[in-house]
Amino acid sequence: MLELQDLSKKYNTGDEALKGVSLSIPKGQVLALIGPSGAGKSTLIRCINRLIEPTSGKVLHNGEDVTLMNSRRLRRTRRKMGMIFQEYALVERLTVMENVLSGRLGYVGFWRSYFRKFPQADFKEAFRLLARVGLEEMADKRADELSGGQRQRVGIARALIQNPEILLVDEPTASLDPKTSRQIMRLITELCEERQLAAIINIHDVGLAEMFAQRIVGLQKGATVYDGPNNGLNPEVLTKIYGEEDWTKKKKGTQNEDSEASSGSEKEVMEGIV
Amino acid sequence: MNRSGEAYPDSWRPPPFIKNPVRRWLLVLGIIVYLMLAIGSLEVNWMRVYEGLDRGAKFVLAFTDPNFSKRWTDISEGLLESLMMTVTSTVIGIGISIPIGLGASKNLAPLPVYLFCRGIIALSRSFQEIIIAILFVAIFGFGPLAGILTLSFATIGFLSKLLAEDIEDIDPSQAEAVKATGARWWQWLNYSIQPQVMPRLIGLSLYRLDINFRESAVVGLVGAGGIGATLNTAFDRYEFDTAAAILITIIAIVMLMEYLSGHIRAWIQ
Repeated sequence: MLELQDLSKKYNTGDEALKGVSLSIPKGQVLALIGPSGAGKSTLIRCINRLIEPTSGKVLHNGEDVTLMNSRRLRRTRRKMGMIFQEYALVERLTVMENVLSGRLGYVGFWRSYFRKFPQADFKEAFRLLARVGLEEMADKRADELSGGQRQRVGIARALIQNPEILLVDEPTASLDPKTSRQIMRLITELCEERQLAAIINIHDVGLAEMFAQRIVGLQKGATVYDGPNNGLNPEVLTKIYGEEDWTKKKKGTQNEDSEASSGSEKEVMEGIV
Repeated sequence: MNRSGEAYPDSWRPPPFIKNPVRRWLLVLGIIVYLMLAIGSLEVNWMRVYEGLDRGAKFVLAFTDPNFSKRWTDISEGLLESLMMTVTSTVIGIGISIPIGLGASKNLAPLPVYLFCRGIIALSRSFQEIIIAILFVAIFGFGPLAGILTLSFATIGFLSKLLAEDIEDIDPSQAEAVKATGARWWQWLNYSIQPQVMPRLIGLSLYRLDINFRESAVVGLVGAGGIGATLNTAFDRYEFDTAAAILITIIAIVMLMEYLSGHIRAWIQ
């Protein structure tokens, strides 16, 4: 369904954010992308829909190379890729309904969208999705009146109304409390199952990744260092992914603690939830 | 890591802005010397000031007895003309400022467009209204047309610059999210940029409306129409009571606009 071939990104500053990443994601698979800050996770998912232009490599969406598309075809492809963001990225001064409907912008003409006269089917679907994410009463509220968890639900509805084939999810839980984080992750994965959507989820929280994704890819300095099932994250793998980060070095004093440290962060989260 | 307590310094001062102390004190000394020389170069003729006090007092006293009725038709005509100039020039100015503001935003426009629009802004901002007014009066003759064009031109520099700055300050993630839906450029503008800058644009426009009213009184002094022309005539005839009436009216209108625009700005946030 989606295939990345040798995808690289070098920023003008000289930073090599991605160094030849290859991945293949079948229909309906939920993939968690983990790795330290600056490993290139955000760059990777933004290269897929070309919010960031990759330097080299291919992004094949149903066999078509996204990197070669003109702007018209790129827009058509973007419609099929729903995106969910870290700080929700809702347009704060618009209503919840307008935020959800903005997911249909790729399907309607300018004047229809300007006067908010979307097709009836779009309004119906928007209300249905708001009900699905538990916000049916909120349509007229301004986005900045909602709580974090509610905002992320609107973000999810906005992505789903695009009728996507794949979800690109960038740190969906980074600014949420542990309980809400779990609820949001559960909602995303449930919806993926209902609609047979593939998803790439960037996530810092290893515990959540293991809990909700079938497949985990570990990114380290722009290259994949792990690609396997969600139960394969042993201490060695985690050291490989996060190893050169300071937090392991600090704990080097006692060898025992080192192996525990890798699972320590998830343990804390688990306790926070219970 | 274990230093004994005495090894740590027990005082701290923030690092100075200019590190080199010689340079720092030379700068301070230089400023003081210049100010003393500058003030010393002013020649004040105290006799002239003493005589002028009388005239000043007469002027101020006129305010206690403003005469609205003597030239009322002139005043009301001037006011209506000024209001007309204010509203039309603000509307024209806003209409032109929006596209220029978009073009002058680094995050929207390609470099050539950006430089072109920034050039227009710089041009508009580098000329004071009076100078433009004199030029336009020379081209279009006395009257409100020159005034309207002057104020529109000044509005462009003000509004497009501040609008562009606001667009450059938007939250990029909201814009990114709308772009990711597959929206066209205009839809993207309408759904992600416009909601973020609209309150500021309205606020700035109202602010400019009352600046334009005040300026309409000033450009009138050089012949560009409006209440300024009436004021100028009153001064020429030494009719300080009428001039006072005009000034009081201008002040009242500006204060009223200030009050209203404050309310509207608070309401649209």
